[in-house]
Amino acid sequence: MDKKVINPGYYDKSVHVSGRMWIVAALLVMLAVPVVIGLENQAAPDWMVVLRGLLAVAPIYWTVCAIEVFTFAPMIGAGGTYIGFVTGNLTGIKIPAALNAMEGAKVKPGTKEGEIISTISIATSSIVTTLIVVVGVLLFTQLKPFLNAPELRPAFNMILPALFGGLGVVYISKAWKVAVTPLVFVAALIIFAPNIVAFAGSMLVPVAALVAIAAARIMYNLGWLGGKETAEGK
Amino acid sequence: MTQAIMESPVLYVLGGCVALFVIAQSVFFLVKAWREGKRMGMDTKVMRKAAVSGGVFTIVPSLSILFAFLAMQGTLGMVLPWIRLSVLGAVTYEVPAATSAVEAAGMTFGAPLSGQVFTSVAWVMTLGCITPLIIIPLFLKKILSGVDKIKERDSKWGDIFMNALFLGMIAAFLSMGVSGEKPLLSWMVLGSSAILMALCGLVMKLTGWKWLEHFALPISMLGAMALTLLYVHILPADLLPADIFQLAGGVADVVEGGVH
Repeated sequence: MDKKVINPGYYDKSVHVSGRMWIVAALLVMLAVPVVIGLENQAAPDWMVVLRGLLAVAPIYWTVCAIEVFTFAPMIGAGGTYIGFVTGNLTGIKIPAALNAMEGAKVKPGTKEGEIISTISIATSSIVTTLIVVVGVLLFTQLKPFLNAPELRPAFNMILPALFGGLGVVYISKAWKVAVTPLVFVAALIIFAPNIVAFAGSMLVPVAALVAIAAARIMYNLGWLGGKETAEGK
Repeated sequence: MTQAIMESPVLYVLGGCVALFVIAQSVFFLVKAWREGKRMGMDTKVMRKAAVSGGVFTIVPSLSILFAFLAMQGTLGMVLPWIRLSVLGAVTYEVPAATSAVEAAGMTFGAPLSGQVFTSVAWVMTLGCITPLIIIPLFLKKILSGVDKIKERDSKWGDIFMNALFLGMIAAFLSMGVSGEKPLLSWMVLGSSAILMALCGLVMKLTGWKWLEHFALPISMLGAMALTLLYVHILPADLLPADIFQLAGGVADVVEGGVH
């Protein structure tokens, strides 16, 4: 008999086995790119330049990468994580796509249904992004005037507030008690320490999450989140 | 180094292979999740809508990738930016990584590169964002089972914990959207998007148009982006960010948006 049918836990185990295989394959594909470029150019890299270049970006990006894995993974589940972290563009595209789809499907992040919906939406999002970039490369000459048009740039420079305004209002309105503390926290940072916000960037995500969790725990212990409806309000 | 080497047919084939790899992986997990959803008794219509909404929502934000591509192709050719923006790539990472690598070679971004510098840039862009591919195979299962244990111990607190984690993330995302110099325009766009989303909710309630739910986020985002074009003409120039009409404002300066 098909073990996929008889064993309900099969997906949970196999998603990690196949996910790890895909990640190792992605690692090899990624490393193959500079190797092939070097062979094609008949030019080995200058490792001192590589080291100096990495020293400028790696300390911050490696830290942020690690933080993103630990913060986003519980939200988007195993399948979504295995795809999303290979295809990239998580904050601006994959996470909002997953949240939007989970909201539409009326499922919660961190549940099995949420994992399925999140994986489906991140997979289609990744396919669409890849195809758009391919089309963009193929039609680059034709698209260049549009991409270069200065009158359209303000709209694309404001893509983050345009995205997170709509996304934020949905989720905050559903669990406002839990949302108040992290919102006040980031608002205070923006008002009193804007440089910290600009510098911290994605590192602010786990900090705000920890503040939210600590405040929620206190409210939970005090019985302010007493009704089960409130706890499942999102 | 000539443009011909940067854009040799071999590199285009390499780019094609990378794009195919990404699509193959996505299709693999899509099919796997779909089958599991069906096994669990989830409604096929719901899963189909999730797939459609994931695809539709992605179109506009994906255009920002083309802006990053535009920023890089003059110096790095077509293929390397294409590949880097397809695997583990992010608008917010690739331009700063490429710039730092070029500067580490004592050159300025935009100047013609030697073969050795081009290869070095490719290595920096690759190695600078590789950590998730090491962390995920080692720790993902443990992270997710840790969250499951919290839920098993106290299911009510488990739900609140997930809510709090989630809303902390949303709060941080909001702050990323409005941080930076002269944030008035960002606040106006953020507020416009929130109002448009609320209006979509109101229309859904009044008319019963359930289909609108899947398009509410693209509508509020596109609407707010369109209103941005109006705001930049209404607001005095000294209240606008200095780089609002520049490519860099949407690409290199959004490092705050996260690495991936």
